[in-house]
Amino acid sequence: MHELTVTQSILDIALEHAAKANASRIGRINLVIGDSAGIVEECVSFYFELLSAETIASGALLSFDRVPLRARCSECGATFPLDELEWSCPRCRGGALEIVAGRELYVDSIEVE
Amino acid sequence: MQVKVLQNILGANEQIAQRNRGLFRERGIFTLNIMASPGAGKTSVVLETIKRLRDRVGIAVIEGDVASSVDAERIGRENVPVVQINTQGGCHLDANMVSSALEGLPREGIDLIIIENVGNLICPAGFALGEHRRAMIASVPEGDDKPYKYPIMFSEVDVVLLNKVDLLPYSDFDGESFRRGVGALNARAPIIEVSCRTGQGLDEWASWLLSAMDSVRRDEAGG
Repeated sequence: MHELTVTQSILDIALEHAAKANASRIGRINLVIGDSAGIVEECVSFYFELLSAETIASGALLSFDRVPLRARCSECGATFPLDELEWSCPRCRGGALEIVAGRELYVDSIEVE
Repeated sequence: MQVKVLQNILGANEQIAQRNRGLFRERGIFTLNIMASPGAGKTSVVLETIKRLRDRVGIAVIEGDVASSVDAERIGRENVPVVQINTQGGCHLDANMVSSALEGLPREGIDLIIIENVGNLICPAGFALGEHRRAMIASVPEGDDKPYKYPIMFSEVDVVLLNKVDLLPYSDFDGESFRRGVGALNARAPIIEVSCRTGQGLDEWASWLLSAMDSVRRDEAGG
């Protein structure tokens, strides 16, 4: 539900880095978004179109690299997707886990002209 | 041409949160961020906490809500300083809202600020406020599957209160499954069973909070 804030922030970050690179147009923004970051892509794209109008990012393509939720077993170190209701390590059955991926929320890179 | 950016989208919030933390340290204030779903009993826990600790520590409350000031009024009747933040539909508090709310609190006599976040188990976990500790309240009627559905929230907090345990005899709540879920992702967070109706567990909660305050005071004095 906070996609408007998030999209404004994506746009600000992209414009800032484009300005540093003396770019005249942003063609693409590559985002890395964890599945558990609570972000709906369609909303971000919708807001982006509105917010980026009349900026050098207008018309830029947003690319979403989604990262699934993964955990690491604290006992044997195995990593595995965390999508089952009963959580335990598929290798050693250990029940102490640590989330290692799935909450990413960053701008990886931009493509500019 | 590709320009590498690698920048956290919520970075601006993190910066303000760090500034808040500095301000809390300067003023010797401990802050607690309480998160839960709507109806889990956040305001009731805040009221019970005030009752138990008001003679020992100066307490203020920052009350986050989507709309209305009903909760702030309940707190205000306890005669503690309270600031209401209405997020106008927003799903979480952010560091900047807390920073503005601080201006509405007295400068002296506050040792503990309790921040009651907006009722939501997803978004508040992603927004640091500058708080020292995070508490999450789950309640029996919500069901024992909550840790499995909201792993990020449960993995992020320092303590879990299981509220409304007076309702356990009337429910199928599987305490073992709940504990396993919380423990799997967050072995260090204690689970304190409480009931704001019967008072069960609330003294234990108050002790936990006091010792967390002590530990932060020692850390900040030492470092």
